[in-house]
Amino acid sequence: MTIDLTQFHDAFFEESFEALDSMEAALLKLDIGAPDKELINTIFRVAHSIKGGSATFGFSDIASFTHSLETLLDELRSGTMQVTLAMSDLLLKSVDVMRAMLRAVQQKQPINAQRVSDLQFDLELMIAQKNSAPAAAVAAAPPAAPEPAAPIQTPVVDNSPKRWEISFRPYAELFSRGNDPLRMLRELAEMGQLETHADVSALPAFADLQPQSCYLAWNLVLTADATENAIRQVFEWAEGDCDLQIKLANGASQGASATTMEGAGPEVAPVADTATAEVLPIAVAPVPAAPTPAPVAAVAPAPVAPAPAAAAPQKDGAAPVATVADSGSIRVSVEKIDELMNTVGELVITQAMLSQLGSKLEGPTAEKLRGGLAQLERNMRELQESVMRVRMLPINVVFSRFPRMVRDLAQRLGKQVELKLTGEQTELDKTVLEKIGDPLVHLVRNSIDHGIEAPDKRTAAGKSAAGTVHLDACHRGGNIAVEVSDDGGGLDKNRILAKARDRGLVGPNDVLTDEQIYDLIFLPGFSTAEKTTDVSGRGVGMDVVRRNIKELGGKIELRSEHGKGSKTIITLPLTLAIVDGQSVSVGSETYIVPLISIVESMQLKAADVSRLSGRGEVFSFRGYYLPIVRLYEIFGVEPRTKVLDEGLVVVAEGEGHQRIGLFVDDLLGQQQVVIKSLEANYGHVEGVSGATILGDGSVALILDIPGLIRAMSMRAAA
Amino acid sequence: MSSNAPVKNGNGPGEESHQVLTFVLGNETYGVDILRVQEIRGWSAVTKIPHAPPHVLGVLNLRGSIVPIVDLRMRFALDRAEYTTVTVIIVVSVISATGGRRDFGVVVDGVSDVVDVNTAEVKAAPELGAKGATDYIRGLVPVSERMVVLLDIDRLIGSDMAAFSNNTEAEAASAA
Repeated sequence: MTIDLTQFHDAFFEESFEALDSMEAALLKLDIGAPDKELINTIFRVAHSIKGGSATFGFSDIASFTHSLETLLDELRSGTMQVTLAMSDLLLKSVDVMRAMLRAVQQKQPINAQRVSDLQFDLELMIAQKNSAPAAAVAAAPPAAPEPAAPIQTPVVDNSPKRWEISFRPYAELFSRGNDPLRMLRELAEMGQLETHADVSALPAFADLQPQSCYLAWNLVLTADATENAIRQVFEWAEGDCDLQIKLANGASQGASATTMEGAGPEVAPVADTATAEVLPIAVAPVPAAPTPAPVAAVAPAPVAPAPAAAAPQKDGAAPVATVADSGSIRVSVEKIDELMNTVGELVITQAMLSQLGSKLEGPTAEKLRGGLAQLERNMRELQESVMRVRMLPINVVFSRFPRMVRDLAQRLGKQVELKLTGEQTELDKTVLEKIGDPLVHLVRNSIDHGIEAPDKRTAAGKSAAGTVHLDACHRGGNIAVEVSDDGGGLDKNRILAKARDRGLVGPNDVLTDEQIYDLIFLPGFSTAEKTTDVSGRGVGMDVVRRNIKELGGKIELRSEHGKGSKTIITLPLTLAIVDGQSVSVGSETYIVPLISIVESMQLKAADVSRLSGRGEVFSFRGYYLPIVRLYEIFGVEPRTKVLDEGLVVVAEGEGHQRIGLFVDDLLGQQQVVIKSLEANYGHVEGVSGATILGDGSVALILDIPGLIRAMSMRAAA
Repeated sequence: MSSNAPVKNGNGPGEESHQVLTFVLGNETYGVDILRVQEIRGWSAVTKIPHAPPHVLGVLNLRGSIVPIVDLRMRFALDRAEYTTVTVIIVVSVISATGGRRDFGVVVDGVSDVVDVNTAEVKAAPELGAKGATDYIRGLVPVSERMVVLLDIDRLIGSDMAAFSNNTEAEAASAA
């Protein structure tokens, strides 16, 4: 009976990636020296389930790697090894490698075997080092060592293969748990020489045979240079589904280690094992150049025991559990939600159409109809809001990548940086979330590279050696505000200005406000960094950040105080699916101007307008001259009026405070509109960011003010 | 919707006949592969798109998606007809070379019938005038004494649109 396992691949990958994220988060929270047991368990579980999954699906490279990782983690879990900085680095690297491997397998590309085997070697080296210095570890954990004499036996290296007698009696329902005894036997056979004796006594008559039940049992003799632990791991997945006895046959002294695994939880088993495992010399990997203190520790164990180690096992149970509570969620594909959104959008339009019709009817039933329609409208609004909420995710999804990044970056730059995250639970639309990640990464990098000073410089300035980078998110009106701030050196206004003058961006006598000076940072190719690092400083970046934010319909501003730090504030719409818009009319057409672009609407008198060398028209607005853009000319439609004082001018803002006066016939009303793609069936249209469907079912185009300004300046240049 | 099914346009050896939706434009009868037809609907006012080629009249709301409307009379350089309540829009899906699907509405004078076309009876269109002028014609087939012009929708509208969006891309590139 074969099942097509590929159908489960997607779920496996998705779950594994998520699990790796949580493993990474747990690793970062892990305190060196006094690790939280619950965190170690979390990490162990991830490695364990990825190993199991990849073995099931036949991704043997991943399974083999995770096996090594798991062995190391098991040592941590049982408290026989301590978490060191080197180890947490190694484990973080392992997360990266596992992610890369999973991605490679997912995309059916070759795995970078060199990287994997290098790291696997490092992992095994670390385990081996532990084994060469077991005395220190065991002495450090007195509760785990039943007899004080035990460690002394350890250094005796016994390289002769051992003879294990294994009695494996699976329960009938073994198969239904997805276990395959053949796989286990094969795995055992790989460890050494295996003699198998199948016990068929329980086999019923053919007519009574249930093909889904396991009637066989095995008596095995394995001659191999393996530990009991290693053997037990082969049967790990059958734990609780079988009676398992493992006995060492040739070494008389250790014969007592047989345990029955029935119902034995993973917590119990390893503890019992570690005592014996410690006694048994392990030579899984060749022991290369062990660290210097190892032999000494083996001879005189007690005095060198690291102090915090004893604390670890005692922390058990009292650990502050940081695991996320199961929120009872389900996994739904984004397409399904989009479909749902579309349908609801349609319903809203249909409902609006009905309401319009209903308002024209007369008579007693019409009154009732209107009542029903009003009810429908309320329900529709609620439904629409609920559906929108489905697409919302906490910003934590994006924030969670920063602890790792900040740690790595600070290490590389030799700086001390503390990351503070607040408002992680603030929710925003998934599409916005996906696009906000890169700009934020850039800003945080900038903060660490340029903002936070080196520790000695900080202490000299009277600040704490460790700098702080703070990421904050919160709702502000109908928008979401994300702030990246640091307590570093801040921006040097004079240097920025000097640089801008140097490059001719600012005239030598121009006086700029602070805001305008900081704005210079967003110009393409602008950088005041003294030296370019591989992290930042090439002058590519802030302009891209701003463009990305603008594309999301957001705003970005910078505040800074020299010597005290800087703060970047990003304001974003909650969702990309909806925009607050002002409807304007030009002739028979209706256009939507996003409210975020509108500064003011006004009526101009002919006297306010001056002509520039007979070509463009300008008018004075708050001390600046703005060009008048006649929408009908650009879009080629027949307007109701071409006379300026008969229509209205909407002052709209594009990128970087570029403003225009948009001449339209009339303002209609403000409303939230659902954005529809024009590109799906047609293509990009200059000055138009999308389309929407109005209450009467007709289509209105949504204006793209920055695009419109760009198009205009192009035309002017041509 | 049937459009998601793989559609073969070629005259494969096993393919004997297929169904074609025929419509009238001026004095001629044209036909499109029925599998490409999404919907037939009456005329309603469209929203104009700026900078669009003249035969692209504008866009319409087709159950929530924004669909461009092409006037086939203008595309074929025929006399323009008034849009009335009996003017018909056939919504077809165009599949580009890259496999992407786009929906388009084409304005025609009227829809006639669905006919079975025997592949063997399809005649190649003669070369007329400039090279490539008849590229979008898959062939000619007689149906009850009349000649039906079978259209290759992908070429007719797809190439049109590809050229158009390439233009805008080039413009955008030069702007950057």
